[in-house]
Amino acid sequence: MTTEPRLLAVRKNVLKQNDVLARALRERFRAQGTSVISLVSSPGTGKTALLERTLTLLKENYRVAALVGDLATENDALRLARSGVPVKQITTGTICHLEAAMVERALEEWSIGPLDLLFIENVGNLVCPASYDLGEDLRLVLLSVTEGEDKPLKYPTIFNSADAAVITKCDLAVAVDFDEVTALANIQAVRPAMPAFLVSSKTGQGLSNYLQFLTATLHAKLHVPADEASSHAEIRSGTSR
Amino acid sequence: MKEALLFSYEVACDGTLLEGSRLVVTDVPIEVFCPVCKVPRTLKSMQWFCCPECGTATSEILHGKELVITALELKQ
Repeated sequence: MTTEPRLLAVRKNVLKQNDVLARALRERFRAQGTSVISLVSSPGTGKTALLERTLTLLKENYRVAALVGDLATENDALRLARSGVPVKQITTGTICHLEAAMVERALEEWSIGPLDLLFIENVGNLVCPASYDLGEDLRLVLLSVTEGEDKPLKYPTIFNSADAAVITKCDLAVAVDFDEVTALANIQAVRPAMPAFLVSSKTGQGLSNYLQFLTATLHAKLHVPADEASSHAEIRSGTSR
Repeated sequence: MKEALLFSYEVACDGTLLEGSRLVVTDVPIEVFCPVCKVPRTLKSMQWFCCPECGTATSEILHGKELVITALELKQ
């Protein structure tokens, strides 16, 4: 009898199941011509406020809808519904992030016509959502001026997984001595070349640049081959290499 | 992440065939591709996505996001 331990190669990606589902979702959205944008941030950064404004402004020209994740309440879904576009709540219970399977299930239960843009508001959390690809084309990470300029340095993984940053509550910037230059530099440090927008959902400041960026992304997607369109998102999930 | 894995592994193994087994986690350093040096470089800090040699900013991550079960070590 040998006493040498035997090494059995496994090589199994722990998050593979989510990545497979996310890829299928991305393919489905592409086939339907729907662009998908997700929002991640801490609780209280203003995802819902920004999304309510965004939905209200975009619905004039585009077919838009939103999925919103929340641990327990329907408060955010009710707020978003005021925009007059279709909104569906995903209640996660005790789970602190959305997963591709939850998005898939929500879509199955939801009879909704063709969409140009689907927004997914994640649960407020700067840690776990970073690891879960939802099949989105664009991930926005939000940071409010009241949270401090060093948020990107404290949570580099989520900033690194995003495609654009939005600094919210800019109407309060002076009151809290927000240092815009430092905040933007910190974003660039953890995710070089990522576009960043300064907005106030309350006053409307900066919203036009941000909306232009979203619609440009939508139009670019319609003209990009599937392979290229999905490459960044798969790099984000860490499975393509 | 590592601490959470080690903790939950032990709990999950209790009362199963794997009880008493050990989870060995190997950290994978963050490796990026430097567009100027044209070679992979290991990051010194997660807060600074720049080539450690020439200082060029880069977002192209080659390694460091892995979460993979690589092997099982068994006693015969």
